Amino acid sequence: MTYKQRIDGRGFDEPRKIEAKVGVIQRADGSAMFRIGNTWAYAAVYGPRNLHPKFLQDPQKGILRCNYNMMPFSSSGERVRPGGSRRSKEISLVTAKALLPVLNLDEYPNSVVDVFIELPQTEAGSRCAGICAASMALADAGLEMKDLVCAVSVGRVADKLLVDLDYSEESYPDVPVADIPIAIMPNSGKITLLQMDGEVKKEELMKVLEMGKKALMDIYEVQKKALKEKYHGVEV
Amino acid sequence: MSKIIVKDKEISVPGETLAIGMDTLPGAGTYREGERIVANRLGLVMIDGRTIKLIPLSGRYIPKTGDTIICKVIDVGFNGWRLDTNSAYSAMMSLKDATSEFIARGANLTQYYDLGDYIVCKIVNVTSQKLIDVSMKGPGLRKLKGGRVIEVDPNKVPRIIGKQGSMVIMIKDATKCSITVGQNGLIWIDGEPMNELLAIQTIRKIEKESHLSGLTDKIKEFLEKKK
Repeated sequence: MTYKQRIDGRGFDEPRKIEAKVGVIQRADGSAMFRIGNTWAYAAVYGPRNLHPKFLQDPQKGILRCNYNMMPFSSSGERVRPGGSRRSKEISLVTAKALLPVLNLDEYPNSVVDVFIELPQTEAGSRCAGICAASMALADAGLEMKDLVCAVSVGRVADKLLVDLDYSEESYPDVPVADIPIAIMPNSGKITLLQMDGEVKKEELMKVLEMGKKALMDIYEVQKKALKEKYHGVEV
Repeated sequence: MSKIIVKDKEISVPGETLAIGMDTLPGAGTYREGERIVANRLGLVMIDGRTIKLIPLSGRYIPKTGDTIICKVIDVGFNGWRLDTNSAYSAMMSLKDATSEFIARGANLTQYYDLGDYIVCKIVNVTSQKLIDVSMKGPGLRKLKGGRVIEVDPNKVPRIIGKQGSMVIMIKDATKCSITVGQNGLIWIDGEPMNELLAIQTIRKIEKESHLSGLTDKIKEFLEKKK
């Protein structure tokens, strides 16, 4: 069986529609919205601020805490039970690990930067959308970063390699499916997140990572534009 | 010959290449990566001769030696007071920096500064571990009585103060309030209640429109209309 055409008619290396906005939450020190298709992510950054309990403090540098949360009726399937789950805990962890390589918190010993990622509506690729939103929110919060982080999922449905799987592709019945979320630092091209669900050959993996690069660059441009738009016309 | 890619006064995002070549020097908020000078944060590009630096546009207050700030007393200890500085770190004010009065051994320190009091103080030292020492010895450093304290974006404090304090003097004259602006983004306002509200309204307007040119004239107009 082959997968000839994508269900929503996109090209195989074409991501869904991308939108981004910075400064969406006023009370936060930095915030951003990132939307890819029907997946919406909002990220709010608070801090650097005082960290308690004290045993979590690191006297060498500040720490980063991420919190990924899907809203109860955000997905197309069952109601997600509110509060943390095993899944959200894992995604919070990988998000923090994907963002840490760009972030420099040496100037903030014993403190914490909190990132809250809320997903009001999801349709696959939510951790990638969350990472994209969080990296913009961290930049908006004025933290020292050597680069932004862009993320997208790539994968395979039957014999076809494709970029940015939506839910119908991720759960395509009766064919082998691989879902590979990746996050990169766009200027150096280094990878900060690489996970895989499913099976894929080594050659296919290399090829599909290359395919993802183009979509990631598109995402980077959208992120950059959103950040510049918020501060457009600012003078000092 | 090196090439500067960005324009002066442009917004730059983290990771963006600002210039290529070894003739240009990386200033604050930038770093060098091989031939390139790269932005290290979100900021406004300032090209000053051969150096490129970024001026921060957002972010929490970072304590710096010499800043005059408004703090809230959060704890009273044996030999001093702990103060909330509106940043990630609290400050310590020791007995001998607190007042020129004589304080007897074992005196009740709350009679000088009690919990919840706001004070104007100066940062004398910040260590690498961000331990902050403040002092009350200096002109204008005092305990704030009455009035109200509002919080603004610390990056907009220079705009609220204006050149040589022109903006804040204008608000003071128009509202007949006494106003003290802390570098940490806390502002104390004391006057007639209605005038206090007008002063707050004006400050919020400055905060919102801080990037527009001709701000002083606009605020002047605003204050005259409200009179």
